[in-house]
Amino acid sequence: MSSPGPLRVAIIGSGPAAMYTLEHLLAEPELDVTADVFERLFTPYGLVRAGVAPDHQKIKGVTRAFEPLLHDPRVRLFASVEYGRDLALDDLRRHYHAACFATGAQTDRRMGIPGEDLPGSLPATAFVAWYNGHPDYCTLAVDLEQEAAVIVGMGNVAIDVARILCLTPDELRRTDMPAYAIEALEASRIREVHVLGRRGPAQAAFTAPELKELTTLEGATLRIRPEEAALDPRSAAEVERSADRTLARKVQLIQEIAASPGPPRSRTLHLRFCIAPLELLPGPGGAVAAVRCTRTRLVATPSGGIAAEPAGEEEVIPAGLVFRSVGYRGLPLPGLPFDDRLGVVPNRAGRVIDPATGAPVPGCYVAGWLKRGPTGVIGTNKPDAAETVRCLVEDAAAGRLPAPPEPDPAAIPDLLAARGVRWLTCADWQRIDRLEREAGAREGRPRVKFTSLDAVLAALEQAEAPTSAH
Amino acid sequence: MKLAAVLATRGAHVATIAASAPIAEAVAELAARNIGALVVLDGAGAVAGIISERDIIRALAAGGPVLDIPVADVMTRDVICGTLDDDLETVLAVMTAGHFRHLPVVDNGQLIGLVTTGDLAQALLQSLAGRVETLEFRLEAEIEQFGVGR
Repeated sequence: MSSPGPLRVAIIGSGPAAMYTLEHLLAEPELDVTADVFERLFTPYGLVRAGVAPDHQKIKGVTRAFEPLLHDPRVRLFASVEYGRDLALDDLRRHYHAACFATGAQTDRRMGIPGEDLPGSLPATAFVAWYNGHPDYCTLAVDLEQEAAVIVGMGNVAIDVARILCLTPDELRRTDMPAYAIEALEASRIREVHVLGRRGPAQAAFTAPELKELTTLEGATLRIRPEEAALDPRSAAEVERSADRTLARKVQLIQEIAASPGPPRSRTLHLRFCIAPLELLPGPGGAVAAVRCTRTRLVATPSGGIAAEPAGEEEVIPAGLVFRSVGYRGLPLPGLPFDDRLGVVPNRAGRVIDPATGAPVPGCYVAGWLKRGPTGVIGTNKPDAAETVRCLVEDAAAGRLPAPPEPDPAAIPDLLAARGVRWLTCADWQRIDRLEREAGAREGRPRVKFTSLDAVLAALEQAEAPTSAH
Repeated sequence: MKLAAVLATRGAHVATIAASAPIAEAVAELAARNIGALVVLDGAGAVAGIISERDIIRALAAGGPVLDIPVADVMTRDVICGTLDDDLETVLAVMTAGHFRHLPVVDNGQLIGLVTTGDLAQALLQSLAGRVETLEFRLEAEIEQFGVGR
């Protein structure tokens, strides 16, 4: 390093990719480093809080590994601070040697079919954020007066949405869902939930444990049509050939469920294969009333894959609520290049690349979904972040990081204060966390979440005078 | 994992050459970039073939002048191309079985990237490391809760 003092790194985002980046940075031997974490919301941990299903508390427990990182004396949390609104790339360049962006994939992919924007048709991601108490989605209009819902897509998010729609009041009250979502889902009139996959059982993206869980629901029966559970010869060969034994187990489970569905319960969850939506049809009121679908047939692609193509036969599924769950998508960040096709910031192994020249943008890095696209499980972000940190450390050692003109750590709080930004610190987050858990304990739930900044600020003021920084 | 995720962290740049260019140009390009293959484009920018070290070595072994003839005469035609939605493991199996190391990736008929077996192996390794990480975390949580093995 040419400049004296520690390497100063800004991390934008505080989800798993950001936290693993922080972990690797702090663990780097012989690296004198300090890191500031900027989070747009008033709470950290991104999709662990706002994406992982509220009835999957064990998965949310991954935050126990993240918590000590935020308490490290080399780390400061600036929550409720948004990159692009409160801070610009030039600010980061002035105060840090490097910035790592880990803001994820904040929007959903579209189906690209007529009727997609009818009232009653929603991105699954918005519904997920709603039932997880994400402050931006608390007021989402979800019409649970309908009797049938269709979910397009077959990943774990689609399965989560289907399961949440089928939970009983007892099951709902064991989660950390906000009260508004519990009340709405308790009053839900939905009886039929259809999950549509355009390909077959062997190509479904969900994993076996998530499927198995659907068979243990207290208030819903999982139904799979035997003829849709059967594998075409190509898929059978694919399963046979695959080194991934979990695939064979998943297919076997699908076929077992098809052969012997459970007893009828108040709701029915239909898992459908080889069926693709063509169009959402409006009802008399203008909102979605049905999904026109085509049966599909599976064909080989030149590169060895299996794709679905329309097979001609059509089917109309009545549904007043449609969730598309065909993938997330990254959004461009101010000041950074963006690959619109892949929905990521162009990068090589985490170094941001200027697409015009192919050369790295000095001091700029990406990790997580913004780097590789929305794929993988939480743990995938660990090797992903390790790769990014490796690049950053290499660049630091080689003197490739531009020295910031104003490296004084105090400059950041000063700058935010001058801009009238009210940020929350790690100490504030600790208090919020404690208050949420205490409120949860009173109701026999993991936590009761705050869903607005105003409520958080009021509670913090009431609890004790917040400290400004640590 | 899909090819889109592999391509995302490889930088989108693909080294290409025109079908009409002489082999000498291909050799210079391969040497300058320290890579093993170039995607050959036709006049419309579509993938016409791929020219690899192996193709050039085969031409040299066949005898006669090589450097001045057009790339089109030496390249491998009938190239298998991948798409962004292709599954990483499936593609790796096809490439291993077919003994080829470079796969152009196309979207709507246009070349958008190139992945090598090395890229795919590395991505697979990362993906598996991520799954192991998740499993270890889950296991630790279970052990903590139920005291298994204590």
